[in-house]
Amino acid sequence: MTDTDAGKGGRKMQSDKRMKEIMTGYYIDAKTAEQTGKKVAWITSGGPVEPLIAMDIIPVYPENYGAMIGASKMGADLCARAEEMGYSGDLCSYARADIASSLVDGGPIGGLPRPDMLVCCNNICGTVLKWYEIQARHYDVPLFILDTPICHTEYSEEAKKYVRRQILEYIAFLEAVMKKKFDYDQMAEVGKLSVEGQRLWQAVLDTAMNRPSPMTCFDAFFHLALIVTLRGTKVAVDYYRMLLAEMEQRVADGISAIPNEKYRLLWDNLPIWYRMRWLSEKFAAHDACLVADTYTTAWCMSLRYMDEDNFIDSMAEGYTKSYLNIGVDEMTKIVLEMVDKYDVDGFVMHSNRSCKPYSLGQYDIQRAVQKERGIPSVIIESHMVDERSFSESQTETRIDAFMEMISQKKG
Amino acid sequence: MITAGIDIGSITAKAAILSDGKVLGSKVAFTGYNAREAGKSVYEDLLRELEMDKSSIEKIVSTGYGRNSVTFADKAITEIICHGTGAYYLNPEIRSIIDVGGQDSKVLAINPDGTVKDFAMNDKCAAGTGRFLEVMARAMEADLDDFGTLSLRSDRPSKISSICTVFAESEVISLIAKGESREDIIAGIHESVASRISSMARRVGVQEPVMMTGGVARNIGVVRALEKTLGVSIEVSEFAQVNGALGAAVIAARL
Repeated sequence: MTDTDAGKGGRKMQSDKRMKEIMTGYYIDAKTAEQTGKKVAWITSGGPVEPLIAMDIIPVYPENYGAMIGASKMGADLCARAEEMGYSGDLCSYARADIASSLVDGGPIGGLPRPDMLVCCNNICGTVLKWYEIQARHYDVPLFILDTPICHTEYSEEAKKYVRRQILEYIAFLEAVMKKKFDYDQMAEVGKLSVEGQRLWQAVLDTAMNRPSPMTCFDAFFHLALIVTLRGTKVAVDYYRMLLAEMEQRVADGISAIPNEKYRLLWDNLPIWYRMRWLSEKFAAHDACLVADTYTTAWCMSLRYMDEDNFIDSMAEGYTKSYLNIGVDEMTKIVLEMVDKYDVDGFVMHSNRSCKPYSLGQYDIQRAVQKERGIPSVIIESHMVDERSFSESQTETRIDAFMEMISQKKG
Repeated sequence: MITAGIDIGSITAKAAILSDGKVLGSKVAFTGYNAREAGKSVYEDLLRELEMDKSSIEKIVSTGYGRNSVTFADKAITEIICHGTGAYYLNPEIRSIIDVGGQDSKVLAINPDGTVKDFAMNDKCAAGTGRFLEVMARAMEADLDDFGTLSLRSDRPSKISSICTVFAESEVISLIAKGESREDIIAGIHESVASRISSMARRVGVQEPVMMTGGVARNIGVVRALEKTLGVSIEVSEFAQVNGALGAAVIAARL
């Protein structure tokens, strides 16, 4: 067995290097946009990025930057700064970190590049509406809001018309800001690349169905960046094709992410960005592989609604029915599907104080999983980017007790 | 087979020694600053009391927040599993356990075979724990050992609504100033602890018979308040405070 990274909670991947190259290049392009004459749009993580790509606008994601801030352990200071500005400590730590970062040019790359426009889609939460309004005032730039009504179960005709109409308004908005016509042929191309990218991402995640799994959810959290930020580009498609090949090779060679995979687990909610290595090593020490998670799956979950030959029409439903914009019953169905698909022994739920839509309903989902599948679950708490809210000793006790329960049950 | 269990908690360290399924003895001491030293000395003091030698102990399991400091233990297991095992050892009919210690409270659901089915922990704050009672006893100038008995004297407990220990103390002081009786305030304090714990208990589900463990089980006021709120009767063993160490010793025999 080659390329072991024993004790680090997973084996290093060749693709990691390429991902870092691409993301570095991407942020450099974004930060030098003014010099190269390109325009920058800030967009929410669930927002429709494809029209931006089609218009050759560089999309920048404050949420992706929030993850980087968390991973660099710069979240506590920036969140505290936001609180000094008057923002509540209960507010999403992505929002707090970004608002403060805009003021002090904070975070690992010294702040995000100024946006020329803002695109906000509330299919992930309502916080983004106020957050983006704040930034629109701060930078004095135009803001487009795509309002996706919550879809408890059914995507009604009214909702369909309403969202579809806004997609057209979105295109008109871009034409006005860019002072050029929208290229529908280019859009069709981008749409095809977006669907292809999502398919490849799903295929990558599916390799974890293998026993043992070639990857953990911590790998998925890392490799997620491109399908979020550069969905619709050839770069993303080429990258995921490469990553998929590497995963398939691992499966063929019998290389597993966890040297001795005894237990398979499902993760729910966003990562605890500043404790990835700690969590990864903790579970690895218990011979447990977090084979799948509901968060990274969200960027290929809408494939079922998207038609690559008619992207611009089908994207409305795809974006409206994002994982955080559906009812808890629907979320439960998806979780149970994943429990079966990846054949998991336990469920690890991150009760993320920063994300109310993701965390409200977790107790109900937990109860349903216990009832319908009889597998144990554990809830650990934190703010995803504000390390002041994380209690290591208490979290460790919960994880250890959970793993002891599973090993008592499974042996 | 002779085994030992050592439970290092936030306030007290406990040791228990078991011989072929029979409890030979147990001991409680303050943890203080050095968890490792506390574990070592409570264990050695117990051995001395029982006139036993270290060499007669075949296996040791450590538990509690300080479990990894007990470097001479054969294995470290969380107190969730140990409390479950301990309570089941004391009464195999037990299906729910409420463990209230110095800095956290837990509710466990136990399977008929003694394994843990589910658990919930309140470790975000001190409001439902021994620490809260300590702070309140001091505020009321009462002896912590009598605190529970004092609470039973009231039939009109005061309402204490603060969910934070520190703010609840201010609330208590203003109740004293308002002239509410000492027993009523003390009873209100006990109801406050019970209400914090019972909402967590209901989330896990309470199935009789129920046992209470941990140091706070020695407080009759909390036990009665919990019985009232949950509508169940609660068993408390003489080994309640050392239940974690006891469970650890039982597990040690299976290693």
